[in-house]
Amino acid sequence: MLHISPFRQVLIVLTCMVGLALAVPNLFYDRVEHHNDAVASIDNGLSNEALEADAALWPSFLPSGLVNLGLDLRGGAHLLAEVQVADVYAATMESMWPDVRDVLAAKREDVGFVTREESEPDVLKVRISKPEGAAQALELVRGLARPVASITGAGASNIVVSAEGPVLTITLSEAEKAATDERTLQQALEIIRRRIDAAGTREPSIQRQGADRILIQVPGAKSAQELKGWIGATAQLTFQPVVSRTSDPDVVVAATSEVLPSLDDPGAYYVLEKTPVVTGEELVDAQPSFDQNGRPAVNFRFNPTGARKFGDYTAENIGAPFAIVLDDEVISAPTIQSHIPGGSGIITGSFTVEESTNLAVLLRAGALPAELVFLEERTIGPELGQDSIDAGQLAALVGMAAVVVFMILSYGLFGLFATIALGINVGLIFGALSLIGATLTLPGIAGIVLTIGMAVDANVLVYERIREELKTAKGPARAIELGYERALSAILDANITTLITAVILWVVGSGPVRGFATTLGLGILTSVFTAIFVTRLLIVWWFQRRRPKTIEV
Amino acid sequence: MRLRLVPDNTNINFFGYAKVTFGGSVVLLVASLVVYLFMGLNFGIDFKGGTTIRTDSTAAVDVAAYRASVTPLGLGDVTITEVFDPTFADDQHVAMVRIQAQEGQESVTSETIAKIEAALQAVDPSITFPSVESVGPKVSGELIQKAVLAVTGAIAAIVIYIWLRFEWQFALGAVVALVHDVGLTIGLFSLLQIKFDLAIIAALLTIVGYSINDTVVVFDRARENLIKYKVMPLIDVLNHSANETLSRTLMTSGTTLIALIALLVLGGDVIRGFVFAITWGIIVGTYSSIYIAKNVVLMLGVKRDWSKEKKPTGNQFMDIDA
Repeated sequence: MLHISPFRQVLIVLTCMVGLALAVPNLFYDRVEHHNDAVASIDNGLSNEALEADAALWPSFLPSGLVNLGLDLRGGAHLLAEVQVADVYAATMESMWPDVRDVLAAKREDVGFVTREESEPDVLKVRISKPEGAAQALELVRGLARPVASITGAGASNIVVSAEGPVLTITLSEAEKAATDERTLQQALEIIRRRIDAAGTREPSIQRQGADRILIQVPGAKSAQELKGWIGATAQLTFQPVVSRTSDPDVVVAATSEVLPSLDDPGAYYVLEKTPVVTGEELVDAQPSFDQNGRPAVNFRFNPTGARKFGDYTAENIGAPFAIVLDDEVISAPTIQSHIPGGSGIITGSFTVEESTNLAVLLRAGALPAELVFLEERTIGPELGQDSIDAGQLAALVGMAAVVVFMILSYGLFGLFATIALGINVGLIFGALSLIGATLTLPGIAGIVLTIGMAVDANVLVYERIREELKTAKGPARAIELGYERALSAILDANITTLITAVILWVVGSGPVRGFATTLGLGILTSVFTAIFVTRLLIVWWFQRRRPKTIEV
Repeated sequence: MRLRLVPDNTNINFFGYAKVTFGGSVVLLVASLVVYLFMGLNFGIDFKGGTTIRTDSTAAVDVAAYRASVTPLGLGDVTITEVFDPTFADDQHVAMVRIQAQEGQESVTSETIAKIEAALQAVDPSITFPSVESVGPKVSGELIQKAVLAVTGAIAAIVIYIWLRFEWQFALGAVVALVHDVGLTIGLFSLLQIKFDLAIIAALLTIVGYSINDTVVVFDRARENLIKYKVMPLIDVLNHSANETLSRTLMTSGTTLIALIALLVLGGDVIRGFVFAITWGIIVGTYSSIYIAKNVVLMLGVKRDWSKEKKPTGNQFMDIDA
């Protein structure tokens, strides 16, 4: 007989109620959003009356998960950046040169003088003046190799050294490159996150994509340009020895030197040694402050290794100038007055208070380890997003109303059951989206509208089957039962194939397309659930109450 | 009184006009291929790289003036199209400015965008830029690969599933129907030169999912009927199955189309291409599951000895069950 065990009934009703309860906050989107923001602030230790009032907008015992709105609905900026990991190889080779020079210079009687040759940025080429010492030089440089610091590259050495006559070629090993790439990307991710957080936007999404890409999505950012400004302020800080000062930017210098302009003195240039004494990576803190004369300045502090290097250098070079270089501009080139042992110092220059504050923030956020190339950028204005939401909502309501009318005209009371299930279905989709914190995009709304159309399919399959079974006349109860039983295989096959496409879309797609796949996939699951369980439950309740002798479907 | 799209107990011979229907589809498919080869697709920036800027203004769009202002910037190929939509306000005039990918750079630089925006603002001070999207050639190349992979992958996965659940002839019938639907959609987009971007790929996959859904329902019934009517000729079994499921097929297509048409008219211009593709695909998909998939199964024939018995003999009543 037509029967569903009480346990199952309770389970079905509970599932619907939980799903709908999870969907409810979306009806009060602004209110709940304010509540959530306020609660987050209060949890962070902030508290004031306005926040408390916002937090009280929504009762805390109710679910407060919301469907995230995608950039195309909320407006915001989207950037896909490629991290130029090869930049780091060049920097590594640069820092290796002093070590190579020192180790070879120690054996000058065997290898002769050491000079650096021009080469590609990720290769270090060194010439020795006594070719017969090449074998020994090779040994010495190989002695500088360190094991690669990563799990996958364990056991491998970080450099590959080869000799060709008097020229030694040093490159990074593949394992070291892989480990470097990984580290570079992690650093870049972290720094981008900190810089965007510093700008104080809501829910930025910063994700790694593939081997060397970072996807940045920031709702509420005015434009991709603004976002680039936040991220792109690189703040590459180095402290480099000064060779000389000049007014000719095209002055010819040694391969180990470079010419950089002065920031506060237009027309002035400094010839600097390329290899920095200390870099910004070893900086642990930077604060805006004032120098003895009351001019804005920035206080900074190094980590222990940075402090040691800085201390040693200042001890050995008292009286010599050295340059503080930020993003290839010399901020200032003070003369070392004394040994600075503690690892902390002060950058002075002609700053305004605002500039010194900005500089401190930039220094604190750290330097990006490598340049970013932007492969893709999208800006969507908030009005366009709101228009899309309104249009999508209207279309969904009209579509739903039309489907309801059509179903009731076609199936009468059973059509009504199907439309109740359809309403629950849409609620469940939103509940599920809120629960998993999925993002709703414009194609996602289209997915919901499509689901509204297709969700009745499972019901239609069942109802048509019941009609057929009624013709072979075994009484309405049996017909309903057989209808469900025999339509099941078609329902499952049809929906599993659609689910397969949704899964593939989700895996392959990104952004809006993935949003579409999410709603389509969830819609399939909820519509099968509502068709097989919810409408059936409604029909069983109705049937048990009325006990009709005949039914019309 | 109930609304019935299809009268009870229809007995339409779906193979009656096979020459017209199936043949017609083959002709259309070939035509789509020809159109595609000669006209190509109007690839959006997702697949071709470049920049699109959406402009919104209270003054009427003057395409010639827009073009004249942007041309001196020397950005290469610039396309400007005005956008019309029933959801726009009366004094809302929208246009899309599209610029080709720039030599030697990935996504467009901030300076270039600032220059274009300034040039357009000089023509029309009330102009705003609700969206700016830029895709570099590197990513667009990968996106094409991914898109092709997604569509072929989806079709392959579905064929394998159908092959596991049904006979291989059905899987082949389904795949021919899918190729038909995807082919005709691409043909139409090529013919009308509608912008073909990532969203359209999502639409194609939706079509694949929907069309297979329809096809599977007919196949499921055919499988049931093949067991039920052991000696009925295959052509009659297939016809009978299609007739039995016809009312469901039209009902579901009907509700889906109703919802989609609402979205097509009211959903705004941003997703119109996407919704148009799906709407067209639902129509083609419904048609193909009735007129294409079954024909392929019929041509290939189906082995019907599930019970491992020898061929059924003359008595046509012996195997019919209740």
